[in-house]
Amino acid sequence: MAEHLPITDEDIDVEDIEIRLLLEAIFQMYGYDFRSYSKASLRRRVLHRLTMSGLSSIMEMTDKVLRDRPFFVTLLNDLTVNVTEMYRDPEFYRAFREDVVPVLKTFPFIKIWHAGCSTGEEIYSMAILLEEEGLYDRAMIYATDIDKNVLAAAKKGIYSIEAVKQYGDNYRRAGGRHSLSDYFTARYDSVIMDQRLKRNIVFADHDLATDQVFGEMHVILCRNVLIYFDRALQGRVIRLFSESLDLGGYLCLGTKESLRFTGEEEAFDVINTSLRIFRKRQLQHLQ
Amino acid sequence: MGASWGGLNAYTQILSALPSRFPAAILLVQHQHASAENRLPWLLARYCALPVIAPEDKEVILPGHVYVAPPGYHMLVNEDETLAFSVGRPVHFSRPAVDELFFSAGAVYGRHLAAVILTGANEDGAAGIEYIHRRGGYTIAQSSVSAEAPTMPESAVKTGAVSRVLDLEAIGPFLAEKVAG
Repeated sequence: MAEHLPITDEDIDVEDIEIRLLLEAIFQMYGYDFRSYSKASLRRRVLHRLTMSGLSSIMEMTDKVLRDRPFFVTLLNDLTVNVTEMYRDPEFYRAFREDVVPVLKTFPFIKIWHAGCSTGEEIYSMAILLEEEGLYDRAMIYATDIDKNVLAAAKKGIYSIEAVKQYGDNYRRAGGRHSLSDYFTARYDSVIMDQRLKRNIVFADHDLATDQVFGEMHVILCRNVLIYFDRALQGRVIRLFSESLDLGGYLCLGTKESLRFTGEEEAFDVINTSLRIFRKRQLQHLQ
Repeated sequence: MGASWGGLNAYTQILSALPSRFPAAILLVQHQHASAENRLPWLLARYCALPVIAPEDKEVILPGHVYVAPPGYHMLVNEDETLAFSVGRPVHFSRPAVDELFFSAGAVYGRHLAAVILTGANEDGAAGIEYIHRRGGYTIAQSSVSAEAPTMPESAVKTGAVSRVLDLEAIGPFLAEKVAG
């Protein structure tokens, strides 16, 4: 059938090469390194942008990326998948309250690194949780992301009122003590998060693929970021987290992410299997 | 395989017809709300002679196993035949979406793939079916009369890229014969 032109294995190989060249161009030009990202979903996102842009090939898109910064910013936003919500996976936050908070309460000071914080919804979720547990005044949250544009949005803490309505249910299921509306002010069709919640948040750009250790954390949250990385990069990032954590520090991953294929399983104890809460081993057992 | 409305019934019928020595891997997407408990693998396992898996990121795809996309995540196939997940935007209001699975599996498996589009009330999977057809894969749609919601298989058929339309009760035996036989 004419309208169903075959796509051969060679066509797929060509597409793979074009994608690799695109990623190389992005790295050379802008310093963002997507070369070790997992191919399957990266490819879907590149092809999605190709369709939306009306360009005829990935090579043409590469050319546009090199010369047209606003277009690159659009593509960057596609590639980094900034889909998030407050109290995403409410059961995780409930488990965090029950399994992790009691231990944090014994610490004089708490450093939390949220890697891949995107537009900040989960940062404010954690700040509220710590506030309700009476821990926030001795906590510092380091919120990092690869994309400066989303960090700017995270810093603003302005969200659509439609979205926030749906977060109220998450908040309750996450064990919230009050009402989510206590923590923001509504204005027209958006809400702005309570300024006081920002008092112990530091926003910074950090690329897990290229940047270094982020020191002596008690908790690292990195949820639904590793799924976009290939195995080698996952291994690098888990080692980076392990080195950035204090002994006994907690590592929280997304619900489909595991240490199984990273070669770093030995360094952690499992605190909650299904909600992926791990703890860095305190001391090697002596033989 | 992909299904939406009425999918549980369709999947139990198909999977119960497959022999325990079925030699291919089965990847399936059922539209579910993100907050749904992931009970589908457990439910399907009761009707299926093959092991039914709730997969993790980078899980290796093994023949004779059934992999069920988790609620809230797109499930895709990597070129090294492992599974990948994404929380990217819903496609056709769905995450998991059938198209995400079909496009990625089509790229990797080409003509070594058979795709089945089942009952459902939207158009998810139709574009993926067309892609798999162009990659030389075999495409099957559930017949409208046997579907609780015919929109999904009908949309696929409309693309002109469906190799075979079958009643629900015929799909399992057909796969058993063509793939295992």
